[in-house]
Amino acid sequence: MAKLNKEEFKGVWIFAEQRRGKLHNVAFELLGKGRELADQLKVDLCAVLLGNGITALAQDLIAAGADKVYLVDDPKLDHFNDELYANVLADIASQFKPEIILTGATAVGRAFFPRVSILLNAGLTADCTAFELDMVERNLFQIRPAFGGSLMAKIMTPERRPQMSTARYKVFKALVKDPARKGEVIKPQIKADSLQARSQFVEFIEEVETTINISEADIIVSGGRGIGGGENFKLVRELAQALGGAVGASRAAVDSGWIPYSHQVGQTGKTVSPKLYIACGISGSVQHLAGMQSSDIIVAINKDPEAPIFGVAKYGIVGDLNEILPALTERIKKG
Amino acid sequence: MKIVVCIKQVPDTTNIKVDPETGTLKRETAGTVMNPFDMYAIEEALRIKEKLGGTVTVVTMGPPMAKEILKVAIGMGADEAVLLCDRLLAGSDTWATSYALAKTAEKLGCDIMLFGKQAVDGDTAQVGPSAAQYMKMPSLTWVKKIREISDKEIVVERMMEDGIDVVKSSLPVALTVVKEINEPRLESLKGKMRAKKYEPQVMTLADIGGDENMVGVKNSPTRVAKSWSATREAGKAELIEGDTAARAENLFGKLKTLGFIK
Repeated sequence: MAKLNKEEFKGVWIFAEQRRGKLHNVAFELLGKGRELADQLKVDLCAVLLGNGITALAQDLIAAGADKVYLVDDPKLDHFNDELYANVLADIASQFKPEIILTGATAVGRAFFPRVSILLNAGLTADCTAFELDMVERNLFQIRPAFGGSLMAKIMTPERRPQMSTARYKVFKALVKDPARKGEVIKPQIKADSLQARSQFVEFIEEVETTINISEADIIVSGGRGIGGGENFKLVRELAQALGGAVGASRAAVDSGWIPYSHQVGQTGKTVSPKLYIACGISGSVQHLAGMQSSDIIVAINKDPEAPIFGVAKYGIVGDLNEILPALTERIKKG
Repeated sequence: MKIVVCIKQVPDTTNIKVDPETGTLKRETAGTVMNPFDMYAIEEALRIKEKLGGTVTVVTMGPPMAKEILKVAIGMGADEAVLLCDRLLAGSDTWATSYALAKTAEKLGCDIMLFGKQAVDGDTAQVGPSAAQYMKMPSLTWVKKIREISDKEIVVERMMEDGIDVVKSSLPVALTVVKEINEPRLESLKGKMRAKKYEPQVMTLADIGGDENMVGVKNSPTRVAKSWSATREAGKAELIEGDTAARAENLFGKLKTLGFIK
């Protein structure tokens, strides 16, 4: 591969994911982190917004820190489509040459960013939880968990541009929105070819489950094998309810049929990083830790003092959760 | 119908232990297995074949030892297995790996390419969609159900965070599957017998017509600058002591101070 002139690439971009006309919160979080990176590099922070009838969202991105918004508002982009989103983003990036492009490590971001990285001959790092800059070479250090979270790796893309990453949701902090903030909205020319796809959206089925989506929750109370049975899971639910949080579970609890798979946290379930994670009767396998150890505050309640979960917890209670959970729930209800 | 399933040999993370002294992973004692998500991809491939006819070929890129997982796939019922093995491929990142797998699939001919949603060692989920882009195929990730499939078209349900996207695509197509899609079969006795004698076809970069400037550690865009154990120091938790009421009161106070109780 011919050596690239890295000087040609300037600017920090974030892909602003929206579903059905609503921006995903991770877009605002990435604008928060992106602002920091762009200020350090002394370049613009730009957002890329794709969709249909979404022009009004551009101002929200500017209010949250973007200097420019590259906007493609087209009926063909009404629903997420891997090919179209990849082609259009690669098309815009080839025209304007950013040095960094970030998106959320969501179902959407992780589905189409790999395609963009191939189209742009760029490196891509998955599910990053931190970013640092090397100002001499303008390299972005992309820090991510690997091996089920038990290993951290610092990845760099020394020769290629743009440097691309998907970033974990709920790890970075959004800025306080300033509605008066001014920015520029740019509507780039898109090649007709970029809007051709062989796959097409048919329909969206909302999950019938009415419980809080654990990926979105700020507080999660999770139960594991130590709960002892499906009936006892109500102790976990009641505590979650008292705290206004969601209910999570370890694989052992799901495999025992105590709670549906959509609640599973861990390597084969969902990766979460809430502000508060209370692990009840969860020993803390490498797989479970992979899914929750980037939570801000972890509380562990377990009868086994040797359980690895205490190794990642800030607060621990060694004891019988049949006593502790109801007592805590009652205390919270009292206020 | 030519179906190619890309699989990976990974350390057995269900068996992996953290060294309590150093806090690092004891990889050497863990052993290796087929990436668990790949079982679902093989199962789905076999089901497509049972419905529409054709062949199922499993491909893995790795050292000669990776033949072990190819034999498991043969035991499950795959028709053929290919080991892509070449020193030039060593240290390839997802960008380079997906190129090599795409070239292999191109060489073999392929109407449907299947992947597990991600490998449990790297956890990137990038190789499936990247390979699809090299092949200029649509990629449908996180597939939890194939609703309809014919020689020309497929309709799938994809698991997104907020629900299910139903998507239609022409063939050829690449899919990455989640574990909800099926219950993988065990190796049959007949399959095991065949696997015992079966020698996977070994291919080199030259065999697949690959460009050596596209692969290997040297040509991979990403570099690991540093890696370290992420296990927080054991026993770091502040233990809350006392009788049940005192503990509940104490934890309540902490949660309130932290702003979790309004």
